[in-house]
Amino acid sequence: MKHDKIERNVGILIILTMLAISAGGLVEILPLFFIKETVEKVDGVHPYSPLELRGRDIYIREGCYLCHSQMIRPFRDEALRYGHYSLAAESKYDHPFQWGSKRTGPDLARVGGKYSNDWHTQHLTAPRSLVPQSVMPNYPWLSKTALDYSDIQGRMRALRVTGVPYSTSKAEFDRNVKEFGEETAKSLHIPDAEKNLIAQAQTGNFDTNPEKLTEMDALVSYLQLLGTMVDFRKYDDDYFAKFR
Amino acid sequence: MSQDNKKVTVETTGHVWDDDLQELNNPLPRWWIWGFYITFTFALVYWMFYPAWPVGNTYTKGVAGLNNVTYVATKVDGTQETKNTHWNMRSKLMVEMNELQKEQKQYVDKVAATSFEDVAKDPELMQFVNSAGKALFATNCVPCHQVGGQGKVKFAPNLTDDHWQYGGTYENIETTIIAGRNGMMPAFKAILNDAELTQVSHYVLSLSGEPHNAASAKLGDTIFHGDKAGCYACHGAEAKGNIAIGSANLTDKIWLWPDVLGAKTPEAKLTEVKTLLYGGMNKGVMPVWSTRLKPEQIKLLTVYVHESLGGGK
Ligand code: HEC
Ligand code: HEC
Ligand code: HEC
Repeated sequence: MKHDKIERNVGILIILTMLAISAGGLVEILPLFFIKETVEKVDGVHPYSPLELRGRDIYIREGCYLCHSQMIRPFRDEALRYGHYSLAAESKYDHPFQWGSKRTGPDLARVGGKYSNDWHTQHLTAPRSLVPQSVMPNYPWLSKTALDYSDIQGRMRALRVTGVPYSTSKAEFDRNVKEFGEETAKSLHIPDAEKNLIAQAQTGNFDTNPEKLTEMDALVSYLQLLGTMVDFRKYDDDYFAKFR
Repeated sequence: MSQDNKKVTVETTGHVWDDDLQELNNPLPRWWIWGFYITFTFALVYWMFYPAWPVGNTYTKGVAGLNNVTYVATKVDGTQETKNTHWNMRSKLMVEMNELQKEQKQYVDKVAATSFEDVAKDPELMQFVNSAGKALFATNCVPCHQVGGQGKVKFAPNLTDDHWQYGGTYENIETTIIAGRNGMMPAFKAILNDAELTQVSHYVLSLSGEPHNAASAKLGDTIFHGDKAGCYACHGAEAKGNIAIGSANLTDKIWLWPDVLGAKTPEAKLTEVKTLLYGGMNKGVMPVWSTRLKPEQIKLLTVYVHESLGGGK
């Protein structure tokens, strides 16, 4: 009896079990790579600058995603509270994406521009000083720890492997200028990463302390970008419905 | 363990393990089988009503017209158009938002078409302003201006008092919310020496009757009105502030950046003012809201701040 053979041979059992399970996953996931409308066509989405990228890494390191999602679902109450629903296109350069499903705190997908840098710095250092009933932990070390950006080029190169268009050559840079505009293209050029990172931190002064380049600078620059890349006023209010 | 090795009477699968361990081959319960068939039928019906199967670079959208969604879209140029499409979440959201707009339309339209003053006089509209304004204020403004708009020293101004850095008329408040504000005062560490900073700080404290050294304050008066520091250019010769740039009125008992009222001793009060002047002020950012909120929401908030928080003037 065939079944008998499978049950008596652990190796075959494991392989067949894995095949059976992955069939379920593949059927759900694979077609999305081929369906044209999965990722919306929209202007403005670009990869993170070196400073924002470091901020994102700190966001992941501190486990912010354990309490915060970055995915506004197409429901009325979410639209009213958080704004336009998230697009697939908005996280196309995120590896890994931060959609999440746990909301101990509010969704952060469109938090960029909602508060000042001063607010974020104070809130991250001591959330209860601004929101007395908050259960968010204090992150006092962020504005004390100097930002380590020694490996920023390596981090960008790693993302490049996954398809994020950071540039190394003149040809790639020119391609980025065409796609994202000169300003953004410059921030995506790997050889200039350190220079760009410092310049952005200095002009932005995200941790409200112009003297020091800290982890707070990076994290706040990332938070201030969230959800701001697409200008929804440029689209009919049902434009994105056609992608579903 | 039971010693009673009862003989198995039902049919077994034929597997025998460890000499006598067998697997019974009981048929599945009938209700279970039927449940199984029903899920099949359910799936077939589901495919007719909802998007389901991937096909090439697109997908099946259900039987045309069976479960369509109709909504009103607003285009970039403001014109509206009724649309009909296969069932999907994003179109369903359009329908929900359409319904919301319809529910609120009579109020929103009226608020939009009515002057600030008349909205404040209309009890029915004010009821709407209070409930909608409260919700908007709670999600967007409370994290900085705190519950009830009471403000926070060294952070964001109190909106319930009669003191307005940027003016307290409806129009002023609306402009503040639409475009944001960023009050800015230069640092005086390179312009004034320590003694001068102390003197001008005494003068500032004297303006609102705080404890100060009268002799120092007198010297500070000349610095305040002199061209080296140029305080008067921004705060006015009478130090009453200028709503165009949000320079504070220094003659009242309301302090935003130096915590003069919280400081217990005269020395501590002096230090508060001096520290502010030494480093200047460029942190007070009131964000821009025209990109996040709709014009009618901003109008609601304006009336809410002016009327309901009780500070309007
Ligand atoms: C234990 C859960 C928890 C963790 C971990 C956490 N937060 Fe929060 N966060 C909250 C809660 C609850 C709130 C709402 C109350 C408040 O504003 O403090 C919040 C609010 C916020 C807000 C304001 C959102 C808004 O729209 O008002 C930001 C921004 C934020 N968190 C960022 C972060 C970042 C960045 C991290 C990681 C460094 C982080 N949070 C980690 C629970 C958490
Ligand atoms: C990031 C924090 C922050 C948020 C969020 C915020 N404000 Fe402000 N607001 C400020 C600060 C800081 C000032 C003072 C600006 C200055 O001193 O230059 C201010 C000033 C104001 C003023 C002018 C006060 C005066 O004395 O003239 C009004 C009115 C106001 N805010 C209303 C609002 C409303 C309404 C909202 C919600 C839509 C809001 N603010 C959200 C920080 C904030
Ligand atoms: C370039 C214009 C400018 C000049 C010059 C200037 N100020 Fe100011 N000052 C401001 C503005 C604007 C604010 C409000 C800042 C804010 O709220 O963000 C302010 C705030 C203050 C405050 C805090 C008031 C409060 O309630 O928090 C004090 C005190 C003050 N100024 C004193 C002085 C003195 C003394 C001088 C001269 C040595 C001076 N200022 C020169 C623009 C100016």
